[in-house]
Amino acid sequence: MKRLLVVLGAACFVVLLIGAMLDLAPASIALHAAVSANLPSSGVEHPVTAVLLNFRGYDTLLEIAVLLLALIVILAIGIDSTTDVRPAASPVLQALARLAAPLMIVVAVYLLWVGAFRPGGAFQAGAVLAAAAVLLHLAELLPGWQSPGLRLRLGLAGGFLIFLAVAAGLLFQGALLEYPPEQAGWMILLIESGLTVSLGLILAGLFLLLSRDDGDRS
Amino acid sequence: MSAGLLFASVGVILFALGVAGVLLLGHLLRRILAFNVMGSGAFLVLVGLAQRNGIADPVPQAMVLTGIVVAVAATALALALVRRLYVLTGKIELPQDDEG
Repeated sequence: MKRLLVVLGAACFVVLLIGAMLDLAPASIALHAAVSANLPSSGVEHPVTAVLLNFRGYDTLLEIAVLLLALIVILAIGIDSTTDVRPAASPVLQALARLAAPLMIVVAVYLLWVGAFRPGGAFQAGAVLAAAAVLLHLAELLPGWQSPGLRLRLGLAGGFLIFLAVAAGLLFQGALLEYPPEQAGWMILLIESGLTVSLGLILAGLFLLLSRDDGDRS
Repeated sequence: MSAGLLFASVGVILFALGVAGVLLLGHLLRRILAFNVMGSGAFLVLVGLAQRNGIADPVPQAMVLTGIVVAVAATALALALVRRLYVLTGKIELPQDDEG
């Protein structure tokens, strides 16, 4: 009975919403025009990066804060180690991981650099870095994390702290995260570099902290 | 129907599938996956509707990029909570409440 009701409700929702979207009036505000008009003063050439780190930098600042918060909560929950025995990684996977990891780091740096004028940026680069760490962990070349030490903690929080420091420094000149146009370029690159390292570590930590097991406790 | 509208329609269907999954599935891992399907549907609606006139709008794209990262964090947190629940109770389901 409940199943039927839910399925019927979902189907009605789909039909109504698609029907509404089909005769939706065109948007009254053209944001893409505003973005391309202000692009020269943003310090970067790609509109998505300009929106993420300049026009709506506030969102990105809070986003990295949310990620950090999620990691802290996971640490606070205190994960009990599991006793599952995982099959040993095959030598083929290990050799492939050894080959791929340096390439992935190069790709991450490229994505970070290219974000200023093409699709790319700190988040994509951080995701690639995290994927490299997870790959190495699955190939048993990198142990799971027990509890982060001081250096790791600094790396995890560094991106957020750099971002916050730049935002607070700019507060003296007027508004939060309102870069002066001539210095916006290197400020965004500084923030993005910090974000890349921290995001890579945080995303990897979300996996590596959850997957520690008794074998890692030595 | 433009490509943007098609994306948005698929997003609506994904969202409805996700909602049905969250409501109907008992296993918490499946429920987290359904929740992610729901989120992906919402992102697709945002991006699709924004480019229904053929012009890509960078603002919703940036918002969706932010949303994806936050969704990853939320999923990891949910998985950590599920593991804690499993360690404490030995089950991967929420306890049934009998009429309140």
